[in-house]
Amino acid sequence: MTRHRGRGIASINYPIGMNLGGDPSQALVHSNPSGKFTVSLSSIDLGQGMKSVTRQICAETLGVPVEDVYVDTADSDTGPHCMGSFASRGTHRVGNAVMAAAKEARGVMMEAAAEELEVNAADLETDGRGNIHVKGAPHRSISTKDVAIAAQFKQGKTISGRGIFLVPLSAVDPETGEMSPATCYAHACMVAEVEVDDETGEVAMVRMDSAYELGRALNPRLVEQQLVGGAWMGISHALFETTEPYYPDPSQGPRDFVEYLMPGPGDICPHDIAVLERPAADGPFGAKGPGEMCANPVMPAVANAIFNAVGVRIDDLPITPEKVLRAIKGQGGARPQARR
Amino acid sequence: MLELRKDIFADERDDNFNEIGKGTQRQDMLGHVTGTSTYFNDHQLQGMLHLKVLRSPHAHARIRRIDIGEAERCPGVRRIIRGADVPRNLNTLLSLINFGKDDEPTLAVDKVRYKGEPVVAIVADSHREAFEALARIRVDYEPLPAVFDVEEALKAGAPVVNETYPKNTFTYHDVYDHQKLRFGDVERAFAGADHVLEQRYQMSPIEHAPTETNGSIAAPDTNGRYIVYTSTQALFFSLDTCAKILDVPSNTFHFVGGTVGGGFGGKVDTLTEPLSILGAMLTGRPVRYIFGREEEMQYGPPRGAERIYLKDGMMRDGRIVARKVRAYFDSGAYTRLSSYAVVKCAAHLPGPYTIPNVHGDIYCVFTNRTPATAMRGFGITAMDFAIECQMDKLAHLVGMDPMEFRILNAYRDGDMKAHRREAKNTALIECVQVAAEKAKWPLRDEFKRMSSRKDGGGARAAVPATAKDPLAPARSAAPQRTPYDRAPQPAPEPAHPAAASPVSPAAPQPASHGAIRFSSVFGSRRR
Repeated sequence: MTRHRGRGIASINYPIGMNLGGDPSQALVHSNPSGKFTVSLSSIDLGQGMKSVTRQICAETLGVPVEDVYVDTADSDTGPHCMGSFASRGTHRVGNAVMAAAKEARGVMMEAAAEELEVNAADLETDGRGNIHVKGAPHRSISTKDVAIAAQFKQGKTISGRGIFLVPLSAVDPETGEMSPATCYAHACMVAEVEVDDETGEVAMVRMDSAYELGRALNPRLVEQQLVGGAWMGISHALFETTEPYYPDPSQGPRDFVEYLMPGPGDICPHDIAVLERPAADGPFGAKGPGEMCANPVMPAVANAIFNAVGVRIDDLPITPEKVLRAIKGQGGARPQARR
Repeated sequence: MLELRKDIFADERDDNFNEIGKGTQRQDMLGHVTGTSTYFNDHQLQGMLHLKVLRSPHAHARIRRIDIGEAERCPGVRRIIRGADVPRNLNTLLSLINFGKDDEPTLAVDKVRYKGEPVVAIVADSHREAFEALARIRVDYEPLPAVFDVEEALKAGAPVVNETYPKNTFTYHDVYDHQKLRFGDVERAFAGADHVLEQRYQMSPIEHAPTETNGSIAAPDTNGRYIVYTSTQALFFSLDTCAKILDVPSNTFHFVGGTVGGGFGGKVDTLTEPLSILGAMLTGRPVRYIFGREEEMQYGPPRGAERIYLKDGMMRDGRIVARKVRAYFDSGAYTRLSSYAVVKCAAHLPGPYTIPNVHGDIYCVFTNRTPATAMRGFGITAMDFAIECQMDKLAHLVGMDPMEFRILNAYRDGDMKAHRREAKNTALIECVQVAAEKAKWPLRDEFKRMSSRKDGGGARAAVPATAKDPLAPARSAAPQRTPYDRAPQPAPEPAHPAAASPVSPAAPQPASHGAIRFSSVFGSRRR
């Protein structure tokens, strides 16, 4: 019995947003009389952190601290329309809608502040800590709380804003497939190292190194959460998971987590990630979004690493020990390729 | 461990922000880590009933007769729901954006098309009573030949899975059984290539495996409205789907969701809401319908399996000159969203590389298995697996380093993509360079110096001469209309084939979309 190590790579891109187009999202932003803002959405937070990212986008756009913004999802009576949380559209589509709504609300807030300070709104700026002051004269200042009180009880203004983001429906040419499928693309490259046991066919993950280009990383901790979790899913798809182990024969389908295999803590490996930020022209603050793509490079990188380790190509997922062992036996033993 | 490489593309960014770029803790973190976040199933309502469905034991069978007599007399049973009770018992999810034909019933009527298809629903006082009553329903099935392999399903004489699409393929642009991508002339390029490699790849069906299974709770509200707590990942998508199936105005419903225990694409299909709402309409009581783990795993929709054939032509120096792709998406018995993934996949070809000749034929195929749906990377994941395994084989074939091989073929700013749009804002080369650096993978200097922002465009920006397929019917681009436009499709519906059931597959569909047909209090029809 020998354990053979090998490295494999994969590089990919990923379209952001729903490619058939016509997928709008809306947002509403309003302030209460204490200068605290609520973002109303019907978008869903699946655990990816959509609420947190849109909260940061709203705070940055308004020029207020993030603590002064609360994101409320998802209620069809109070939240305006959103197509849904899928197709890597949360950060990009919903983020843009929130940004537009926050811009409109900021406009009213600055007008109300200008009235209180008796200056032109164009001469004002926010300090991001809850104050609005005259440019170059920080002492001529008013808090967003006092602006909100004045707007509500004195000026009769609603500090609120509406936002929508829509990429118009793209026609698809039936003959050539010409279309505008997405507005921006994220990128990645993954190097996976594996160890293959030529007696059992088992594949163990050794380590992963990756680089992801996602536009601006609005919240690097949430990006990390997505990339680490997504790579786990990639390992799982590459080596473990299927609802039909003998597809297309539908028999032997697993029914629970005893029969449906996934990697446990002992099956994962260190993962060193670099994030590159090439801002997208139409993304909120240049963001694209990491959501869907992060499992994709792992599967081929693992398959290519297995070839590098023992010289077998497994082109059917998942790459189970049975498939690896049959392939090794089929070629008369492991054939390690040049180490790299 | 995550490292932000701020040095790369720094000239394209202004990093002067207060909140953007900070690793701020999530707004919902405390609730999640202390187990106090509210999910749909935390709404325990007074008098709540439980809904369970009877699922088909056959992959393909005619339903001869359904006998619910004994089940109706079981203790705790409040209501038995059959296909005829569903106001519009035929739908396709993307009808909301006018894509595809209604092809899937909420409850099977004439036949079942996959093992696990819902046939009858029971609303009872408890789970146990619902299960016990399910066991007393007698369904007389006539098993039919089934087809499970995507290529078998395309052969003449294959069993017709879904009569809406009698050739077992989704219809594109009203005429084609696949989505085409045509760019340049692959056959001529193959003839001039030094190497040609054709390979087959197979994706497996995969479960989304969310911690929280699909489910919803619907309850009568005041003013004839219904409140619906749901695990959906697309609130208005689900709301509008329910309004269509139950044939009521959309403001009949107040959907509440937003905190979901994992989705990954598996909570778009609106599988439980129509029945839990219908149960609430028919009983006047709150009704809960949640998938068990086996239902979620086997009868909830999986990631679809895709079979992909890739044929590449390459020169001795490693430049890929042609890529031809034939792919079959296994949609299972109904369309759900696979039709859309096919188009997304066509646009993705040939991967993030500039290849002067590309040819794609992507099929959405119906088979007698659980309908597939969206899952993370929908339409792309399997194709990336195929393309990137193929790239490794091609690099091996010409004896090139696989990293350098990718940089050589990578798309760059200004290049023309196969779907005929200019590549912008690209960064594949930089990702490969940084990943190599991290993994201590040696690259030659010339490859370290290459850039996504240099040497693209020019001759690489041209759209090559592309011949039309012979015998292609002359027609303009497919009519695309506004989302939520529910006007009838202009194209004539194809006639049902002779093999179809003599029984009409569905009740006549009323064109109107508005009348409330059920009393929320008494559950009786007042048509």
